[in-house]
Amino acid sequence: MNSFFERRYVIAGIFIVIVLVLLARLFYIQIIDPKYAIYASNNVRRQIIQYPARGPILDRNGKVLVQNEPFYDIMVTPLEVKPFDTVEFCKMLGIDRDEFNRRWEKAWKYSPRLASVFEKQLTAQAYASIQERLSEFPGFYSTPRYLRNYPDSVAAQFLGYIGEVRDKDIKRSNGYYHPGDFIGITGVERYYEHVLRGQRGVQNLLYDSKNRPQGKFANGMFDTAAVAGERLTSSLDINIQKFGEQLMKNKVGSIVAIEPSTGEILCYVSSPTYDPNLMVGRERGNNAAKMYADPYNPFFIRPIQARYPPGSSFKPLSALIALQEGIITPETGYLCTGRYRSGNRWVYCNKHEAHGYVTLNSAVAQSCNGYFSMVFEKIINRNGAKQTEATFADWRAKVNKFGLGSKLDLDMPSESRGNLPTPLYYDNKYQKGGWRSSTVVSLAIGQGELLATPLQLANLECTIANKGFFYKPHLIKAIGTKNVIKKEYLERNYVGIDSQYFEPVINGMQRVVESGTAIRSKIPGIIMCGKTGTAQNPHGEDHSVFVAYAPRDNPKIAIAVVVENSGEGAHWAAPIASFIVEKYLRGSISPRESGITPEYYENANRLPDLSTFFHNKPVKPAVIDTVKKSNGDSSARKKSAVINHHTSTSNKYLAAQTKTKKR
Amino acid sequence: MSNHQRSFFFNVDWVTVIIYLALCIIGWFNIHAAVFDVRHPSIIDFSTNYGKQFMFICISIVLAIFILLLESRFITALAPAFYVVTVVLLVVVLIIGRNVGGNQAWISLGGGFRLQPSEFAKFTTCLLLARYLSGPNVRVSEIRAFGIVAAIIGIPMFLILRQPDMGSTLVFISLIFVLYREGLSPYFLIIGFLMIALFITSILYNPLTVIAVIAVLGSLIIWFFKRYKKFTYTMLTGMAICIVFVLSVKFIYNNVLQPHQKVRIDIVLGIKSDPKGKGYNVNQSKIAIGSGKLWGKGYLHGTQTKYSFVPEQSTDFIFCTVGEEWGFAGSVTVIGLFLFLILRLIMIAERQRSPFSRIYGYGVASIIFFHVMINIGMTIGLVPVIGIPLPFISYGGSSLMSFTLLLFVLLKLDSNRMGIV
Repeated sequence: MNSFFERRYVIAGIFIVIVLVLLARLFYIQIIDPKYAIYASNNVRRQIIQYPARGPILDRNGKVLVQNEPFYDIMVTPLEVKPFDTVEFCKMLGIDRDEFNRRWEKAWKYSPRLASVFEKQLTAQAYASIQERLSEFPGFYSTPRYLRNYPDSVAAQFLGYIGEVRDKDIKRSNGYYHPGDFIGITGVERYYEHVLRGQRGVQNLLYDSKNRPQGKFANGMFDTAAVAGERLTSSLDINIQKFGEQLMKNKVGSIVAIEPSTGEILCYVSSPTYDPNLMVGRERGNNAAKMYADPYNPFFIRPIQARYPPGSSFKPLSALIALQEGIITPETGYLCTGRYRSGNRWVYCNKHEAHGYVTLNSAVAQSCNGYFSMVFEKIINRNGAKQTEATFADWRAKVNKFGLGSKLDLDMPSESRGNLPTPLYYDNKYQKGGWRSSTVVSLAIGQGELLATPLQLANLECTIANKGFFYKPHLIKAIGTKNVIKKEYLERNYVGIDSQYFEPVINGMQRVVESGTAIRSKIPGIIMCGKTGTAQNPHGEDHSVFVAYAPRDNPKIAIAVVVENSGEGAHWAAPIASFIVEKYLRGSISPRESGITPEYYENANRLPDLSTFFHNKPVKPAVIDTVKKSNGDSSARKKSAVINHHTSTSNKYLAAQTKTKKR
Repeated sequence: MSNHQRSFFFNVDWVTVIIYLALCIIGWFNIHAAVFDVRHPSIIDFSTNYGKQFMFICISIVLAIFILLLESRFITALAPAFYVVTVVLLVVVLIIGRNVGGNQAWISLGGGFRLQPSEFAKFTTCLLLARYLSGPNVRVSEIRAFGIVAAIIGIPMFLILRQPDMGSTLVFISLIFVLYREGLSPYFLIIGFLMIALFITSILYNPLTVIAVIAVLGSLIIWFFKRYKKFTYTMLTGMAICIVFVLSVKFIYNNVLQPHQKVRIDIVLGIKSDPKGKGYNVNQSKIAIGSGKLWGKGYLHGTQTKYSFVPEQSTDFIFCTVGEEWGFAGSVTVIGLFLFLILRLIMIAERQRSPFSRIYGYGVASIIFFHVMINIGMTIGLVPVIGIPLPFISYGGSSLMSFTLLLFVLLKLDSNRMGIV
């Protein structure tokens, strides 16, 4: 029998070989191939993102402008549902049986084991009534969510809105955002996104094979808690803001008011505006579509995006530069005959009115175009006509110091720089050396290619009020509960004009309101220094512009108001500005000598006729009536009008514009 | 008497006993990890599987001691009776058995305990096989003896296949090693491996291609050894059989095998991939073992097993827990223990003076080896899913006790090897 003794080695050999095969395979899947460890981790680990509450935004007095309103989604996990009284349940949610069945099937189809939304966005009140009874229906439960809520429905363009994050933002964020996340899209919500959004938390949870939670991964070692977004305290005064929006109702234009001693923006009206609550919740898409279709474009942020020729409101600045340069003194006289000859063209005063003998003071008060054209030509020609380009560049730099022609770095996205033409621009237009002071004389009175945003105009007033410097205008005065203020907002920006030169200009501006063009807007008991402006509009009635600050001593508010298509500054912009100033300084409106009342302006409808409005969104340096060329080619100027059309121009509008040109 | 006692315990192969206990304890701890339940954290809570397993281990040890105290003669003498009882139980289970997981393999004993006769069939078949082959003038190479051997093995196989428990049925094939050791022609082994190889290749590749390859290879071999006429004929016959087999593979595959068995084969061969459905077990099992890396995730820290991603993880897929929580190191330890045990059993078998003990010893080694190979091979995707337990480690009283029986009867015989049987 033992003749087969040696076969034991064969058998043992086979066993050993097979065991080695098993070990080799184990070695491969356990040591070499890394994919199984990854699969195992994917099997059980779920990262649950904890969304922090977005920071609220307050007005300067602590009143809430935006807050997070809780609402509730009713969720259902079909497999956990036990038989229940469907009739009661439907009654509780206010839905009928068919609707219930439809939603139930949808939830079941999505997943019997996972929770899905059964009823969306119940308000806190609606939720309160069913909260206690929800526990009678196992499988149904609620999850709180937060939406932005605007209790006073004001300052829509300032606040902006949030929306689902777009692909490019996701890419740019290096993985911070995920599809479906919310992000600030415009306004402060966008500019302060990184402050408002807070810090997301992550929970690493373990799930079993039936997708039931089994507790925390590694006892929460890799978890992070969500940190709520920081609170922002805006510089806006909600009362002034509301009042401004009322006054601008049914008008196109804007109001910007700044506190000169800090640069804090008190009022930031862009009209027409919209209720920011429309950009939240279920109806958001429809509402946005409607507003995009609105020809007056409520999404256009006029205080920083609309560009207007500043018109006469630019004159004080002209005078200040001349005084600093020593070109004129306050006593320098000029005999106004109603028109001023500059080279081969005439500059007319308003309504061709002759102001007689004027000095700086009266020239400002009466807005004498001739005087300021004279001053401007004196500046540009002081080094001789051949040096026009260099001298102009010097003048431009001085104007630029006031913040014109460049961004003021407002804490808002999409700020426009306005337009302050460079020598190069004229070189290209007229060829090098082919232009003189007379060619660009319209700049003297704030026209020509000069364009400024209402914010820049208001900032100009701040500079005058402060006699030589401004603080960077800003909308958010403090960040977080610790009220952190950005350092740059505490720095004075000097404009290079000595404070003594401001006095005569301010005197003139005081006279504008006391006895000059804006006399109807005089506020009893408050000395306001202002300047009316009339921005030329080639397509319809001129834009009404008024800039001012008050009170004269120890100024508290500087303001710029633009009402489009409303004629002279004194008629619309100045009264509105005076109401805002008085309301801010005094808290109420006192009866005026001129008899004007806020109610009248609130109720007036100055919306431009749509047929003309399309040719005429804000701006336009364009064809200037005041500066008439004796011989010239107006089509070249029309071309520049097209170039300067601001960005919100719709295609329809462009088409219309092309037609106009052909005509 | 005392003298007798001392020599008796001296004669028991303690190395095997220690390995046995080690494997039992490893099994117990891994069952604890596999079905760990926070509400019953104690490892000896009888309402849980690990608690029950502890009880089974205790019973098994009692059983082992009882076996060691038996007379060897009693075992050999009663081998046919045991066999008959098992066969009767296998018939009974087909009539009154409880169906668990598609197999009618269990006889309910009341009190939540059940008996699985097929587990004991392995033991009794081994015994009877040893008894018959150790008889005078029985040569397995003779046709009559081969017929009787085939019947001894075939009857329980047939009955178990009726349950239908494919896994336990296939276990009896391992007895071919016993027959080989006792003089069966090596051709049976060669043909066995050849058939497995041909089966796999003809499923993976076009049967006609396989036939062409066989024809070419066969012709080459014949050409090389053309001097040996007899060899040529053998080769030609062999080739013919191979070709017929290859042609019938498709038929067997499509008509004899059940659909779920086909799918399991497809998954192992990589023809089908269905990680969410039919291939879920194996896929999750591979993930569990693969994610253990070198040192494992630590006791009770296996996420795959703890959160029940692997079905059947305390019974057939218990090796997942070993692989996941103890890593490659643990896998090597367990497989090493098994290999050591099997080689030790072969050594024990070979040192027997009585053919009965030797044959029985080989039977035990083969059966344990087959279980280990198929069970572990299945959890790492080398073998199609066949539901057989991992000896001493998988949860289950019947399984543990039948392996204990199998092993300790051999140890008993071994302790008496100096005596006559």
